[in-house]
Amino acid sequence: MDRGGSAHQPHRILERVQENPKTVSLVLEGSLACSPGQFAMLWLPGIDEKPFSIAGNDPLMFTVSRVGTFSAALQALCPGETLWVRGPFGRGFTLAPGNTLLVGGGYGAAPLAFLAAALRTACPRAKVEAALGARTSVDLLFVRQFDALGVAVQLATEDGTRGSAGLVTEIVASRLATEEFSRVRACGPEAMLEAVAELSRGAGVDAELSFEAYMRCGVGLCGACEHRGRLMCLDGPVLMMAHDGS
Amino acid sequence: MSGEPLQSADMSCRIAGIRLPSPLVLASGIWGTSPGLLERAARSGAGAVTAKTCTPLPRRGHRNPTVVDWGHGLINAMGLPNPGVGEELELLKEASRRLRPLGVALIASISADTAQGFAESAALVARVGPDMIELNVSCPNLGAEHGEMFAASAAAAAEVTARVKAVTSLPCLVKLSPNVHDIAEIARAVVDAGADGITAINTMPGMLIDAESGAAVLANETGGISGPALKPIALRCVHDIASVVNVPIIGTGGVLSGVDAIEMLSAGATAVGVGSAVFYRGEQAFSLIRDELAAWLAGHGCRNLDQIRGRVDWRRQSAVATSLPPVPGWDRGTSG
Repeated sequence: MDRGGSAHQPHRILERVQENPKTVSLVLEGSLACSPGQFAMLWLPGIDEKPFSIAGNDPLMFTVSRVGTFSAALQALCPGETLWVRGPFGRGFTLAPGNTLLVGGGYGAAPLAFLAAALRTACPRAKVEAALGARTSVDLLFVRQFDALGVAVQLATEDGTRGSAGLVTEIVASRLATEEFSRVRACGPEAMLEAVAELSRGAGVDAELSFEAYMRCGVGLCGACEHRGRLMCLDGPVLMMAHDGS
Repeated sequence: MSGEPLQSADMSCRIAGIRLPSPLVLASGIWGTSPGLLERAARSGAGAVTAKTCTPLPRRGHRNPTVVDWGHGLINAMGLPNPGVGEELELLKEASRRLRPLGVALIASISADTAQGFAESAALVARVGPDMIELNVSCPNLGAEHGEMFAASAAAAAEVTARVKAVTSLPCLVKLSPNVHDIAEIARAVVDAGADGITAINTMPGMLIDAESGAAVLANETGGISGPALKPIALRCVHDIASVVNVPIIGTGGVLSGVDAIEMLSAGATAVGVGSAVFYRGEQAFSLIRDELAAWLAGHGCRNLDQIRGRVDWRRQSAVATSLPPVPGWDRGTSG
């Protein structure tokens, strides 16, 4: 019997993948009716519940970077154990045709790998490229997944240990200068997103930017994730920015 | 569609002399006290907006999960997260500045551990321009350290009301809890103590348990039920209160549609609180409910909300007054 509602659903953990020393992906049984860029609330009874962007849906996957006690508890889960999921929530990326540049900073690459896979299916003729940046080479995530999808990837690390030395936005500037792209989709730290927004505006390209926010209720009620008059859990986390700046 | 165009009804109402352009009131706790979000509610059809409850000192609130949709309603235990009355003043000031040109009323909401605390916060809040103050004496999620909620006792609720009324001339609404033996008695006590209106009701205490883990779902274990499950409880409470007091009631609990609002007005409410509807119908909830309400009124030839308010009692009174034909066998009793 389906009682409706969007309360937590238990999902068994099928696989735990150590992506790098501080990042783990949890592959779960089951799936969600979701799109890339949306998020879900992950709950461990008696510990906490926090928002995470969905890193894949076939199979369902979340990528967790260790930042505090809850993410440490999530990373300690083993295959066969249970993780509770409430969602999906929020506005994700639109799957639109046209050549698309994906821009990821750090673990912002996770939802973009999901988006790249969805674009491959929804818009097979669109050219999709990715520019990924991180502090050092070990912080670069999902490079192989983009490669496997046939998405050309350019890399930047701040310490120059892999790819070009510097910020990913330098790659974005040069790729947008080629005028080959009509869309930008980005996920990463706010400073990176603001720089990407500026570059996209300058190039006359529509951008969708996925912001990190701390959601409490996750469903647009409590107002905790308000940012400049917008509810990030409902209006976001992906915000659209037209090339005219609106 | 054919026939004569329907006459649009006057949707305004008055609470303590303050005109609300629409009877829909954003319930406290929805969208915090963000001036931008309160303005958004006002622009989408609310006639008044209630800020998040503030307490004398900042509160972080409870850990997550804090809100869950369980299928027949929502349950929440936010635990009154708020920046404290000091910072709240700045938010209220800005909200007031934005709402005034729209003609939409701003209701501040306060809570405290003591009647004196309520009075001190009320005095501060009154300076920054809200049109009314709502006294939240009924939050179900504050925990044992706060003792019994004031709304559980007529004497305690009346004392809070009287202390606040002594320090401000602003209209005061008292928000009552459904989780009491006789809500009408408590309403009468706060009105006798000077309340200018009643907000009824706060959420109803409840609990969710996850079968798989055996754990309480909310981090606070218990929370307050809102949404569709609360509507029949709210209708009963509003009706009971309207039977004994003569001040405006903001009927709050499970109003998701224009028809729900008609029911709440029929129970005796002057205005209608809207909260969980924002979850069920999105941020357009206010404009949708307002338009449905207007269409219902026009479709039933009503010119204003007075023609609906308290209708359930008029019907009862007219049924008594009308001399009904005698029911055969009534005076002899019936068998079987």
